[in-house]
Amino acid sequence: MDWLFNWFDTLYNTFIVAERYKTLIEGFSKTIIITVGALLIGIVIGTIVAIIKVFADKNKKLKIFDMLCNLYLTVIRGTPVVVQLLISFFIIFVNAKDGTWVAIITFGINSGAYVAEVIRSGIMAIDAGQTEAGRSLGFSKVQTMWLIVLPQAFKNILPAIGNEMIALLKETSVAGYVAVIELTKAGNQIKNTTYDQINPILLVALVYLVMVVGLTKLLNIFERRLRINER
Amino acid sequence: MNDNFLISTKDLCKHYNCGAIKALDGVSSGIQKGEVVVVIGPSGSGKSTYLRSLNLLEVPTSGEIIFDGVEITDPKVNINLHRQRMGMVFQQFNLFPHMNVLKNLTIAPMKLLKMDKAEAEEKAMSLLRRVGLSDRAEAYPAQLSGGQKQRVAIVRALMMSPDVMLFDEPTSALDPEMVGEVLDVMKELAKMGMTMVVVTHEMGFAREVADRVIFMSDGKIVEDGTPDEIFTNPQDSRTKQFLQSIL
Repeated sequence: MDWLFNWFDTLYNTFIVAERYKTLIEGFSKTIIITVGALLIGIVIGTIVAIIKVFADKNKKLKIFDMLCNLYLTVIRGTPVVVQLLISFFIIFVNAKDGTWVAIITFGINSGAYVAEVIRSGIMAIDAGQTEAGRSLGFSKVQTMWLIVLPQAFKNILPAIGNEMIALLKETSVAGYVAVIELTKAGNQIKNTTYDQINPILLVALVYLVMVVGLTKLLNIFERRLRINER
Repeated sequence: MNDNFLISTKDLCKHYNCGAIKALDGVSSGIQKGEVVVVIGPSGSGKSTYLRSLNLLEVPTSGEIIFDGVEITDPKVNINLHRQRMGMVFQQFNLFPHMNVLKNLTIAPMKLLKMDKAEAEEKAMSLLRRVGLSDRAEAYPAQLSGGQKQRVAIVRALMMSPDVMLFDEPTSALDPEMVGEVLDVMKELAKMGMTMVVVTHEMGFAREVADRVIFMSDGKIVEDGTPDEIFTNPQDSRTKQFLQSIL
């Protein structure tokens, strides 16, 4: 049993002394804030880009917007998010005092590119008859998209959006590069001050795992509730 | 063209592949107010394309469509406003699956005509009662039978109080035992004086309800006359052949 007491001792020294667990809690909330903020930005950007691309498919006048969207998708998906973060922090938002905002915006713009393609595939999967029915009643293109096509598309792509949310949550672990003390960085700091090479990192991993499992459960419940009145 | 026409078309053409396929090949026609016109013809004859171009769901390659004195083929015309007055019923119903029946019915008048919710729901319920579906107002489309879906779809179009109703093979996707309930609703509409253009294979309906029957083939109107003229005394060989093959 000695090893167990020794382990408790180490844990106490690593996390409780000097209230170091507070760093972890702050890091945890930073991770959540960045993830949620970035996801919201990502969904807004993704929806706009997806709609532009779908409309541009049928209307040549929108070609220039389509090209801009493609440029955005290519650049964002063609470079690592860490590099994008560094560019944001050290080149674009040079005067930013708090890296958190930079991280939220950067991850949001990054996530938007992936969400855009997910939403676009969701829109394309909706039967053309739905659009025809909307237009035949007198709804404009945009009204038809907003009232009739998008709500159905979102329902279908919810699992894919959940996936993106999980990926995003874990990706935020690189925000430490721009001086944001999120969960991973917090764990790393504790490791560096205490010379405990094992427990802080394992605890961080455990927290991510619990968050992802919880998120998956939540998404399942949400999805089931959305489908309840369809059959 | 005759001023009495609610909808008229002039030289309507719809070409695909740069004219290699002519879905519509110079269709000139007119539909009078209160008239029930049934369009028949073999598949690929352009009858659905004709109907769908009347509210510009298909944009014709050339030609004119005049609806209530306005040339709606003019790109400057706001087609959305005119579509509000042209109800359409589809073969595949196309109800909105994420809304219940009541919402399906009230969304267009509420958003487009700014009707208030109570008034829209009252109108929806009274129309649902007329088609025998007042007990299904809270149901979702997936919970309805084909015949019920199509009756709801007709009511959805009627909610906008249209001047004309366009029917694109409204019974073709239905099980045989459900065809009757939909045709009954359409007959009642016709009796009430609704202007209707109906693409259908239901010859019984055409004979009984139509004021005029248009026979189309190869993107052209081949014959246009009363049901009696078309069914008992067809002039063109293509009409004769078609009627022989289906009757």
